[in-house]
Amino acid sequence: MKIDPNKCVACGNCTYVCPMGAIYIDPVIKRATVNATECVECYACFNGLSQEHLNPTMVRTMRKLFQWMRLRFDPEPDVCPTAAFAPDELSWPRVVRRAFSDPRVPHESTGVEGRGTEEVKTNDVSGRVKVGEVGFTIEFGRPGVGVWFRDMQKMCRALAEAGVSFEKKNPVTSLMSDVSTGTIREDIQNEKVLSAIVEIKVPVERTEEIIRLVWKVEKEIDTVVAIGVGTRCDENGEDPVVGPILERLGYKLERAKTNIGLGRITNVIAEKIAAEAVRQ
Amino acid sequence: MTNTLHRFGNAESFRDDYVVFAIASRGKNEQDAVPKLKKFLQIARGFNPVNLGDARHGGALRPSHSMNPLSHWSREITPDFEAVIAGLDTTTTAAAVFDNRAAAEDFVNAIKQADLGLSVNISTSIDGAEQCCDSANLCRHSVGYSLGFEGKTEHLANEDVLKLATMCGHGMVSASMAKKMIDWVKEGRRTPEQAASYLTRFCSCGVFNPSRGKRILEEARTRTK
Repeated sequence: MKIDPNKCVACGNCTYVCPMGAIYIDPVIKRATVNATECVECYACFNGLSQEHLNPTMVRTMRKLFQWMRLRFDPEPDVCPTAAFAPDELSWPRVVRRAFSDPRVPHESTGVEGRGTEEVKTNDVSGRVKVGEVGFTIEFGRPGVGVWFRDMQKMCRALAEAGVSFEKKNPVTSLMSDVSTGTIREDIQNEKVLSAIVEIKVPVERTEEIIRLVWKVEKEIDTVVAIGVGTRCDENGEDPVVGPILERLGYKLERAKTNIGLGRITNVIAEKIAAEAVRQ
Repeated sequence: MTNTLHRFGNAESFRDDYVVFAIASRGKNEQDAVPKLKKFLQIARGFNPVNLGDARHGGALRPSHSMNPLSHWSREITPDFEAVIAGLDTTTTAAAVFDNRAAAEDFVNAIKQADLGLSVNISTSIDGAEQCCDSANLCRHSVGYSLGFEGKTEHLANEDVLKLATMCGHGMVSASMAKKMIDWVKEGRRTPEQAASYLTRFCSCGVFNPSRGKRILEEARTRTK
């Protein structure tokens, strides 16, 4: 993302809205400036700020006048008065930043917006996590801290070494040069994103082992981690297995995403395949 | 939609936060999903949601890229639900946000009757979702627990800021902006309702809960730490 210095009036509104804190008023040029190293191309500034198209010279003159009179004026805090943002034409590998950070851009590998994964939210249709299995979503950088792929790789390699398999329909997996070792492509190691999810599935017996492994590796990574644990409920809608394991490990379970089982296969071809599988 | 999963707070703090969303699965039921997603939102409209949204176009309160400067004095903070329903034109995730359990329960019941064939999830406290399921006589199919935030948590902001900022799990509501809105409410420069509406506009899939946001801002006004 870039800010057009000819349009910017240094109102400072955008400095607050950047999730990475990557926008600042440059004291030399007196214009808002983007720290390109820290910018994750999330477009929160461009998409989130309302934009006016005021004349920059007029706005600067008014601001100087108010400043001279020691008057605080009270503009709306979510507006760029001169529409000064100018999105860059992104090329590889920087475009990866936007794919992971701008939630409106669907991931090419999965077709899903946001972080690009369906996990257990379509489990009633996909059967992704079966009885006796646990699906982990290990998310890095959330909330508002960000993560470098080189740091995420540490966790991926540790998980691969433990013999777990990565979810195929996941954007991070699609960017691994060697899935068996959890190695992420060399050319994106120095790219930073707002957050990204590593997704694995293990037998329920390995739940505690995986969490202890995450605890160990997260200490070596300079970001925050949010773990999601997905499981299939029994025929009564209960989870008598995974929840108690998590509570035994010290987690107080407050919030969950609950799939209420209303989905079904309706695509014509998928329906035929499913029917054939049942028949056999 | 992990963007609704990791909201910061304890179960009690989700008493006014029920996100119900519908999603199609690629290769399984995404064909002809658009009219079903629209139907999902239309049904939600009847149960007094506090926000509706789709992951591609945004929520019921959106920023404008051609804002009239005169609108500063009469900024619209009423959500436009019809625009969300009309604008949904591609297979995506559709979400409805409620600020009370009764409305969420009634909506879940109505969605069950509608039999859309899409996956439907409830994102709230574990008990809250169970009660919605019980009310509609549904069994939970799967559950995805949030274990909260760990690792280098020293990078995180304070509790009130986190409660606000994590209502957009995609991170589009920055901690700095949430802190600024708390400060503005403390200063009396904006009402909690106005401050919550600014934050709502940044959420790009319409799952930010402006009602909970207003309550958090009101509570933060008098907090001393």
